[in-house]
Amino acid sequence: MISEIQHIIIRDSRIVRNGEVIFEKENNRDISDFLKSAYKAFSIDYPKYFKMDRLSKLGFLATELLFPQGVDEKTALVFGNSNSSLDTDEDYLKTMQSFPSPGLFVYTLPNIMLGEISIRQQLYSENTFLIFEKFDAALFLDSAESLLLQNNTNAVLCGWVDLHSNDYDVFLWHIASLEQLKSQREQILKIYLPTHE
Amino acid sequence: MTTNYLLADAIISPLGFNTEENLENLRKERSGLKLHQNERFFKEGFYAGILSHEILNRAFLDLGKPENFSKLEKMMILAVHKVIANNPAVNLKSTGLVISTTKGNIDLIENSTFEKDRIYLWKLAKVVADFFGFSKTPIIVSNACISGALAIKTANELIRAERFENAIVVGGDLVSDFVVSGFQSFQAISTKPCRPYSNDRNGISLGEAAAAVLIGPSKTAETKVAYIDAVTTNDANHISGPSRTGEGLHRCIEELLGRNSIIREKIDHLSAHGTATIYNDEMEAIAFNRSQLNQVPMHSLKGYYGHTLGASALIESIVSKHSLLNNELFSSLNFTSLGVTKPLHIIKEHQKKDLKLTLKTASGFGGCNIAMLLKKESL
Repeated sequence: MISEIQHIIIRDSRIVRNGEVIFEKENNRDISDFLKSAYKAFSIDYPKYFKMDRLSKLGFLATELLFPQGVDEKTALVFGNSNSSLDTDEDYLKTMQSFPSPGLFVYTLPNIMLGEISIRQQLYSENTFLIFEKFDAALFLDSAESLLLQNNTNAVLCGWVDLHSNDYDVFLWHIASLEQLKSQREQILKIYLPTHE
Repeated sequence: MTTNYLLADAIISPLGFNTEENLENLRKERSGLKLHQNERFFKEGFYAGILSHEILNRAFLDLGKPENFSKLEKMMILAVHKVIANNPAVNLKSTGLVISTTKGNIDLIENSTFEKDRIYLWKLAKVVADFFGFSKTPIIVSNACISGALAIKTANELIRAERFENAIVVGGDLVSDFVVSGFQSFQAISTKPCRPYSNDRNGISLGEAAAAVLIGPSKTAETKVAYIDAVTTNDANHISGPSRTGEGLHRCIEELLGRNSIIREKIDHLSAHGTATIYNDEMEAIAFNRSQLNQVPMHSLKGYYGHTLGASALIESIVSKHSLLNNELFSSLNFTSLGVTKPLHIIKEHQKKDLKLTLKTASGFGGCNIAMLLKKESL
């Protein structure tokens, strides 16, 4: 059942959790502004957020809002996107012309968001970051399945967190068990793409 | 569950254009690290392992037009070509391609004449896959400096999930102005060739290389090296600074040894990360001591290759495979005197020794760690 899959979508200036719109900022094309407003709207108290790059903020925010009570410690993180860290690479490139910024350089890897999420949630769990041309539910599920067969993993948080310029697309979902994973094979693409746009 | 083995392999680096050339140079304790000029970021030059365009293009001529491919694409294609050539186990319809890289064609971000989409990592993978005609969509792992070993783990899992019959894992990264300036901004680049675990170490040397290995089942009767298992962890501590307690690395080693019922005394060799920054090497020493591995002969290969980022853990796994097969342990090049606060058994000179089991570890930005077991099996 679709409703049983814990998931969150951040897209088109909207945050939709388990099918319900929980935040919306109309006609907003500026991602930085959107990320700031969302943080304030949910009264998240985590000053490190403001040091993160936009990509990590998206992954952090989605996890935070999907699991306000925290993530179970044996939850593996399998994340991926299409643009890697290109958004921040371009920001860092600008500083290369004068004084290269170590604060930006550290974010020029897409898996840094896994570090940010793990620090916040105190997760010592498995990490994998994959790059896809387009969202591929089957690859996420295959990767998650092999982790769930290992005894250090009880659940998997899958995350598609993609950003370039002001175009972003975020979809996180939770796989609670191997059994649930099997039923997700049919459903995930439908949740990710509710209509064929 | 069927066992997957590390089969044919190739290393393309300043130390050679196939694995055997690389091993010969390791045996002679030759390093690929040389002084290079870079007026933009280093007044007095910097030490790095850089492949000459000229030599690379000459090696590539038999395969295609050098001007049609980026430097990294040529390196990766050469590596994959060597694994595929005359290898009946590779079937372009059922063999997977798993790519490991951190920054891919990042050198094209400035002044490139290539199409804009060449900067995307998935495009790099596509160029390499299409060159050979792989039917399966390539998989890309980009998880900082553990990528090379994580790509082997991912390949093993996707073979077990029956997505592929077997897979070629190819890893590569460049010494680009982008990466060089970034590490320099952290003041993390050594003024001399890097000296892992030494008391006079003062940072990393960067290197560029590509490497490829075929991983899959094998029924042949020869002695071969099996992939046993691997575990990743996050430090949950800091995104760029290594953990002061080695917690993440310690935890993944413990999980790996525990669930495979490995007695520590059975580990013959530890192929460590050893970047030669003050904090990384200290973190490893603490984690290895917490895991009671301080007696195990260990090295870092960074003194030979520099830190090749997304290729490093893959190259180190391939070299470990040959160490197991040849019963030879390579020295930890540029080691002087121990410069970490916990005891370690650093290999000072090459040794001949019966070897069966290697523990490979790596750690990277984002707080990630990996531990992997490779085992020689003789029939």
